[in-house]
Amino acid sequence: MAATRTSGDLRLAGLTKEFDTFTAVHPMDLVIPEGSFFALLGPSGCGKTTTLRMVAGLEQPTAGRIHIGDTEITDTKAHQRNVNTVFQSYALFPHMNVLENVEFGLRRRGDKNATVKAKEALELVQLGEVAKKKPAQLSGGMQQRVALARAVVNRPDVLLLDEPLGALDLKLRRQMQIELKRIQQEVGLTFIHVTHDQEEAMTMADTIAVMNAGRIEQLGDPATLYEHPASTFVANFLGQSNLLKVTVTGPARNGEVPVTAYDTALTVAADHVPGDAKEVWLGVRPEKLRMGEHGGPNRLHGTVSDVSFTGVATQYLVRMPWGKELTVVQQNDGSGRARPGEDVTISWAAEHGFALDAAQAADAGVEEEG
Amino acid sequence: MGVLSWIRRHLLAFAALAVLALLLVPNVVVAVFSFNDPVGKFNYNWAKFSTDAWAHPCGSPGICESLGLSLRIGVTASLVATVLGTMVALALGRYQFRGRAATNLLIFVPMATPEVVMGSSLLTLFLMLGIPSGALAILIAHIMFCVSFVVVAVKARVATLDPRLEEAAADLGATPAQTFLRVTLPLAAPGIAAGALLAFSLSFDDYIITNFNASPSSITFPMFVWGAAQRGVPVQVNVIGTVVFLAALLFVIAGQVLSNRRQRAV
Ligand SMILES: Nc1ncnc2c1ncn2[C@@H]1O[C@H](COP(=O)(O)OP(=O)(O)OP(=O)(O)O)[C@@H](O)[C@H]1O
Ligand SMILES: [Mg+2]
Repeated sequence: MAATRTSGDLRLAGLTKEFDTFTAVHPMDLVIPEGSFFALLGPSGCGKTTTLRMVAGLEQPTAGRIHIGDTEITDTKAHQRNVNTVFQSYALFPHMNVLENVEFGLRRRGDKNATVKAKEALELVQLGEVAKKKPAQLSGGMQQRVALARAVVNRPDVLLLDEPLGALDLKLRRQMQIELKRIQQEVGLTFIHVTHDQEEAMTMADTIAVMNAGRIEQLGDPATLYEHPASTFVANFLGQSNLLKVTVTGPARNGEVPVTAYDTALTVAADHVPGDAKEVWLGVRPEKLRMGEHGGPNRLHGTVSDVSFTGVATQYLVRMPWGKELTVVQQNDGSGRARPGEDVTISWAAEHGFALDAAQAADAGVEEEG
Repeated sequence: MGVLSWIRRHLLAFAALAVLALLLVPNVVVAVFSFNDPVGKFNYNWAKFSTDAWAHPCGSPGICESLGLSLRIGVTASLVATVLGTMVALALGRYQFRGRAATNLLIFVPMATPEVVMGSSLLTLFLMLGIPSGALAILIAHIMFCVSFVVVAVKARVATLDPRLEEAAADLGATPAQTFLRVTLPLAAPGIAAGALLAFSLSFDDYIITNFNASPSSITFPMFVWGAAQRGVPVQVNVIGTVVFLAALLFVIAGQVLSNRRQRAV
């Protein structure tokens, strides 16, 4: 049976998955534009794989609909969908050699040029020379690339990648990230890339959905997500954040809201403050903080408790009088370095802070950071 | 010191050889005595070398007829049992359904039941159903107990297979039938082959259950040998025994070579 060629945006409407009493994916509404590189980012067990499996047709949704363009595919079988998956566990056929693995999908569609295309796909992932080997004879990283070639070669409407680079070392990983992005732009497929590596998601994706416990916490382009996280979970999971509990002391003036933290007057950009909140989390990224007073009008005084030099930057832990430690990252721009025990002032501009609903836990998403 | 450490180093090899010898001695004796020209009816004492029996393997009346019947029943029973058993094993290994646990348990019953009990109760059953004793009754009985062994062999294999492989096949556009033929079956093949061989050898040498359900016109090879042993065993029995042993050995070696080659691949 030939897969029906469909094309267009992938749309999920109220897509839900319950296992017995456990809800792995809460009703999810999502539109993934055709040809986009979409990343699904979240900690282990948050429902990423389950979501992909429902799109692939390998898991029956408890409720909800899936469309590609105008075609509804919710009730079609996996083999009828023009969707391919790069499995988290590779799932290469052990009794076939690498080339036969890559040809598998093409042969099922009766493609006359299966071998030629498969060889091209193997070249694409730099595995041309192992075409005749069995998967068991390859390293984990090579197997992962075979899995990638096996899926990409079919030019599906939607390509689902379940942590496809997890087993690669850093260098190969960077190389494959660039390669993946290039393949995606070249062939114009819709990629849904699952990862728990926030850096990978940010470098590769047009749009990122941050998932937590079966729900999408926030959806947006990488910069928006990073600069304007909508929850403490996103603030902590996507990069690092310093969070201070502050009290709103007055109405906005010149686009800035006055707040106080432990009797220190600070300001934060008004568009970041939720509604008419009295108390909020004031968040600042470590690299937005400056040692000294030149960072902006927001100032806090503390004592350096730890200094770690990473080459391009220096990371400080600065202890506040009330005990909390803030992380400050300074570019290695040649200026002098503070020493442990030194009393310092740290400063930042109002627009570099963001405010979040104080009802949330400050450490949501901290542990899970990839 | 040289000798002692040499012995110590090769102790495992010695032990292995000793066990192997113990296992093979009976077969060697059978093979050697197939070249005997015994005095009297019994082939128990070495008299003199002869290739008579090898030249005329069917020289003893009824022996080749019984062998033919055993082979026909063995092949048919193992084929049917392999097909049925494989299907049962896949169902048990891959799907959740009502009565799965009960089926799992029931599969073991024929293996655990004493053959005498099974043979006699099958005879009762066949009589009640009006199935006459003879080749058909034997065949049905053999299929029944062989299925269990096939199920066990195939299920063990299926349990080691990653269910994601079948999902990957479906994901790549393979219909359920294509997935079965191109992924499930080739991967389960070693278990299926093992089950089939086991079924054949169980059927080929079954005596007790067969004897209960046989008629005078359906004498299988084991029944022939048993009957002959009362009156004097013809040398041809040794010949056929040796051939069967060598054939089995060949199968095992071929299987080993095949799986080695598969693993080594180019
Ligand atoms: N077949 C199943 N039966 C019951 N629970 C399941 C099943 N499959 C997944 N779950 C549960 O659903 C949740 C989400 O699982 P999922 O595999 O989607 O996580 P994930 O985000 O892909 O995690 P990871 O990053 O570790 O791969 C988990 O808590 C898991 O235990
Ligand atoms: Mg997963």
